[in-house]
Amino acid sequence: MLQHAESVTLQAGLFAQLLDVLKNDGYRLIGPRVRNGAVVYDDIANVNDLPRGISDEQSPGRYRIASSGSDRMFDYVVGPTSWKRFLYPPRRKLWEATRDDRGAWQPEPAADECQATAFIGVRACEISAIRILDRVLNESAYPDSAYAKRRRATFILAVGCAVPAATCFCTSVGGGPSPEADFDIALTELGTGDSHRFVLRAGSETGRGALRRLTDHLSLKPTALQATSEADQRAVDEQVRRSVGQITAVPAMGRAREILGASLRSDHWETVADRCLSCANCTMACPTCFCVDVEDVTDLTGTHAERWQQWDSCFTLSHSYLHGGSVRKTTASRYRQWLTHKLDTWHDQFGTSGCVGCGRCITWCPAGIDIRDELATLDSEVSEEAKAT
Amino acid sequence: MNPNSQQSEARRKKTQRGKTRRKKPKLAVFKFASCDGCQLSLLDCEDELLAVADAVEIAYFPEATRATVKGPYDLTLVEGSITTPHDAERIHEIRRKSRVLITIGACATSGGIQALRNFANVNAFIGAVYANPAYIETLRTSTAIADHVPVDFQLNGCPIDKYQLLEVISAFLHGRKPNVSPHSVCMECKLSGTACVMVSKGTLCMGPVTHAGCGALCPRFNRGCFGCFGPKETPNTASAAATFRELGATDAEIERLFRSIQAAAPAFHEESLIAERAQNTNHG
Repeated sequence: MLQHAESVTLQAGLFAQLLDVLKNDGYRLIGPRVRNGAVVYDDIANVNDLPRGISDEQSPGRYRIASSGSDRMFDYVVGPTSWKRFLYPPRRKLWEATRDDRGAWQPEPAADECQATAFIGVRACEISAIRILDRVLNESAYPDSAYAKRRRATFILAVGCAVPAATCFCTSVGGGPSPEADFDIALTELGTGDSHRFVLRAGSETGRGALRRLTDHLSLKPTALQATSEADQRAVDEQVRRSVGQITAVPAMGRAREILGASLRSDHWETVADRCLSCANCTMACPTCFCVDVEDVTDLTGTHAERWQQWDSCFTLSHSYLHGGSVRKTTASRYRQWLTHKLDTWHDQFGTSGCVGCGRCITWCPAGIDIRDELATLDSEVSEEAKAT
Repeated sequence: MNPNSQQSEARRKKTQRGKTRRKKPKLAVFKFASCDGCQLSLLDCEDELLAVADAVEIAYFPEATRATVKGPYDLTLVEGSITTPHDAERIHEIRRKSRVLITIGACATSGGIQALRNFANVNAFIGAVYANPAYIETLRTSTAIADHVPVDFQLNGCPIDKYQLLEVISAFLHGRKPNVSPHSVCMECKLSGTACVMVSKGTLCMGPVTHAGCGALCPRFNRGCFGCFGPKETPNTASAAATFRELGATDAEIERLFRSIQAAAPAFHEESLIAERAQNTNHG
C-alpha cells in the first residue's frame, strides 16, 4: 500500500531520519539555520541545526527573526542567502598559468571540486529561480559547465510556505507558495506538538528512491510513515489556500513589460535614484541575478597568474565600462537597467521574467526601495499619459 | 588579489632558479602625519615579505631599515597627510624623485582623522595642548597628498589591507591595473555571506557608501562599518543619512558617522556639514 502511495505522512519526530537517508546517500546537507540574527543557508549537520520555532518579519529595508512559540521548523520564509550561492559561487578560480623555466606560460584549468549536495527547505519561488538560472547558464549557446556539474549533483528537498512574508509576491509573477515541479521531494509541514507531521511527495526518480529508503529505514515502526490520509491532503490544500490569501497581489507585475517599455524616459528614475544607494545589495540578494566580473591577478614574481570570476552587479560603474568610460554613469540609469532587464528585456533574452517574487531585493535594500511601489508609480504615470493623449 | 593566490613554496623555489638579471625597481616608503599603521601593513606581510624583498630593492624604508639608498625611486609609497609648512615642501621633493607615487591609507588619501582640525580652530588646540604654543608651526588644515602633488594611485583604508597593498605592488611590477574595486562594502558582505547588520539589526552602518577593500571586516563581527576606507564610487550619502535617520539616529550621530577617519573626503565632508547645519537649525 505504502509503496504505491502518491504521498506519505511522516511524524515530525522522525524528520531526522529523512536527513539521515540523504546523508547515507552521500549528500552534503545545506539548509536553513540561524546565524547572527538571520536565517541563512549553510551546511547543516542534523535536524537540530534547523530553525525550529523561528519565524521572520520582513518589510522594505527591515528583517527580524522572531520566536514563533511553536515547534515547527519552516515558519520563516526566505532570508539573505539564495541557492545561487551554492550553484554559482560568489568567487571561483577559472584557470591559472605558470611561467616555466624557458619563459613559456603553462595554463591549467582550476580544479573544481563538486560534491553531491542536498538543498533542504527550497521554496517554490527558489525552484523558479533555479529554473531561471538553468536557462541562463545551462540552456544557452555557451553553457557554464561548472554550473551544470553542480546542478546535476543537487537534490532538492522543497517545502511549501505556511507563513508568507509581507514582501512576498510570487503569486503576481506566475508562481505560488507551493512547489509544483522540479523538486526531488516536496514537503508540507502540518500541525504542532503531537500532531506535528510532514506530508512528503516525490517529484523525481531520485526522490522516490530516497522515500523508499526512508520506508526501509522505518520498517520497524510501520505507523511512523503512512500513506497520506484524505484529511491530511485536505489540510495541505487548506494551508496552500491560506498562504495564497496572505500574499498581497501586485497587479502591475502582470503588465510590467508594457509599463517599462513606455517608461524609459520617465522622470521617476531620478526620484528612485535619490534614494538608491547603488550599493548592489538587491542584485547580490536576488536569486537570479547572474552577472559576474573576471579579475586577472599576478603574483609578485610575475611567474604565476590566475583568473577569478566574481559576482558583479549592474549597480557598479565597472559593469558598464566600455572603451572610454562607463555607459551608465548615473544611478538613475543603473536602476532603470536593473528593473527593465529583470522584468522586461529578460523575456527577450531568455523567454521568461527574471523575477520570482521572493522579495529579497525589497527586504535587503538598506534604503527600503520596493520594486512593487516603483512599478506601480510608473504604471500610474503611463496610464495618465495615455489618458492625456 | 586574494589569499589563495599566494605563491606556493614550490613556485617560490622555481622563481629563485629562474631569477632575471633585470635591475630590481627601487621602492621607497615615506611618512607624513600618520600613525605608521599603514607602512606596518607592509611589514605585516610576513609570508610574502621575502617575495617582496626579492621583487624590489627596498631603498628607503626607515621603519624597516636604517640603510638608505638615494633616489630617484621607481615606486614610492606615501603614508600620512600634510599638516606642516615643512611637509608641504617635502612632498614636492619626494614627488620629484619618484617615478610612480602611490598614497597608502586614509591620512595620505583624504587627510585622516587629524583632518578633524579642518572643522575647528587649530590655534585653540595648540593653546590647549602645548605649554609653549610659540614653538609650534602647523597648518590650519590636514590635507591629502593629492592636494599638493599629482598622485598615480590612491590605496585607501585605516589601515590599508595588506593583500590590497601586495596587489598594488604586484600590479605596478607587471605593468597592469590593480584590482582594487571601488564598489560598496555591501558587496563584500554579500560575497562573504554576511547578513546585512543594518537590515537585520538596525545597526547604523556606513557600508552602502563606503569603498570596499577590508572584506567587510566590521559587519562580519556584527559591527556597523565605520567608513574607514572612504567613499565608494558614486556614493549617495544623502540617502544613507536619511536611512540612518529612519533608524533613529540624531543629526549629531549622523554628523559623527561622516566626520571621523575620512572626515575630509569630499562626499563625507559635505554630508557631515549638512548634519551639522541641521542641528544648528533644530536648536534655533
